[in-house]
Amino acid sequence: MDTPWGDLFLFAEDEERLAAMLGRLCEDAKARAAFLVDQNGRLIAASGDRAGLDTTALASLVAGSIAATGSLARLIGERAFSGLFHEGERSHLYITVLGDGLILVVSFDRTSSAGLVRFRVKRASEEIGHVFEEITGRVAGFQSEIAQITDEDIENLLSS
Amino acid sequence: MSFINYAAREINCKLVYYGPGLGGKTTNLQQIYARIDPKSKGKLISLATKTERTLFFDFLPLDLGTVRGFKTRFHLYTVPGQVFYDASRKLILKGADGVVFVADSQVERMEANLESLENLEENLAEQGKSLDAMPHVMQYNKRDLPNVVPMVELQTALNKRNAPWCESCATKGIGVFETLKAAAKLVLTDLKRKMGG
Repeated sequence: MDTPWGDLFLFAEDEERLAAMLGRLCEDAKARAAFLVDQNGRLIAASGDRAGLDTTALASLVAGSIAATGSLARLIGERAFSGLFHEGERSHLYITVLGDGLILVVSFDRTSSAGLVRFRVKRASEEIGHVFEEITGRVAGFQSEIAQITDEDIENLLSS
Repeated sequence: MSFINYAAREINCKLVYYGPGLGGKTTNLQQIYARIDPKSKGKLISLATKTERTLFFDFLPLDLGTVRGFKTRFHLYTVPGQVFYDASRKLILKGADGVVFVADSQVERMEANLESLENLEENLAEQGKSLDAMPHVMQYNKRDLPNVVPMVELQTALNKRNAPWCESCATKGIGVFETLKAAAKLVLTDLKRKMGG
C-alpha cells in the first residue's frame, strides 16, 4: 500500500468512494458499521452507526490484533489467517485482511449472522481492494501543500 | 509511513517510544495524557500484564494543532521493553515515522540501554530501514536518581548519531513534553523534506 515514499494520501473523493462501498456492505450484510483500517492502525474510511464508538482506538487495536494474529499464523506454518471473529453477547466483529496492509472490520449484532457477514465481505472485498490499489498506486504530484510547510510553521505549531 | 488525509485535512504520524524495560516509556505517555488538554487527546490504551508491565503496546492519539490548514495527529506507541517480547516490538515498530529512545540513566541499566538500542537498530534493519535515516530523539530518563551515569558518558555510548536529546524525570513530567516536541519537529520536518519542501 506504500507510495514511492512509503506514505499514504487520501482525497475526499477517495474517502467518498470507499465509504459508499462500506455503506453498501453494511446494507447487504445487515451490519451496524464497517471500517477500513491500515496496518498501522489508522482509520481510512467508515460507514454505518459509529455513535459512541472511539474509532481511533478501534483502529489501533484492530491493527494490533491482526499483526499478532498474522505472527501466530506464521508460527504454525500458515501465511495468514483469512478472518477473525470476535463474538460478544450482543455485538460481534468480523475482521479480515483485504490485501497487503488493508484491514476490513464489520460490526454487527443479532439482526445479522456470521455467515451472512462473511459471505457479503467476500463479495465486497475485491471491489474495495481494487479501489484501494488505485489510491495507493497513484502517481503523486499533489504533495505541494505539505512541501510548503516551513520550519517556522513547525516551530509555531509546537511552541504553543 | 505518514498518512495524509486530504479529505479530513489531517496529517497522521506514528511515533514509537522504544527502550529497555522499566525505563519509563509508559510513564511518558501517562504524563502526556495526564497533562494535555482533553480536547487534544484520545483514550490512552495500555495492553499490559496484571503487574502493569507492557505486554503488547500503549497507545495515545494526540492532536498537536494545525499547520497550513492540516490537523497534525500523532499516534504515540510504546513497545514492551522486556527482552523476550521482541516479536511485539517488531510489529509496533512497523510504519513508524519517528522514534523516541527512552534510556534509563541508572548505572546498572547501562547494559540494558545498549542492548535495547542494538535491538532497535536490528529491527529497523529487518524492515530495510536504518536509525541513520529515522527521525529520532534520545531521552535520558530518571535523572533525579542518585546513581546515574554522567550525561557525557551516556551521550558517548548511546547517541553516536548526535540526535536531539533531553534529560528527563518522567514520573514528575520533567522533559516529557520537550522530548515529544523535539520528536514531532523531526518527524514533520522529515515529512516536508520527503514531499520536496
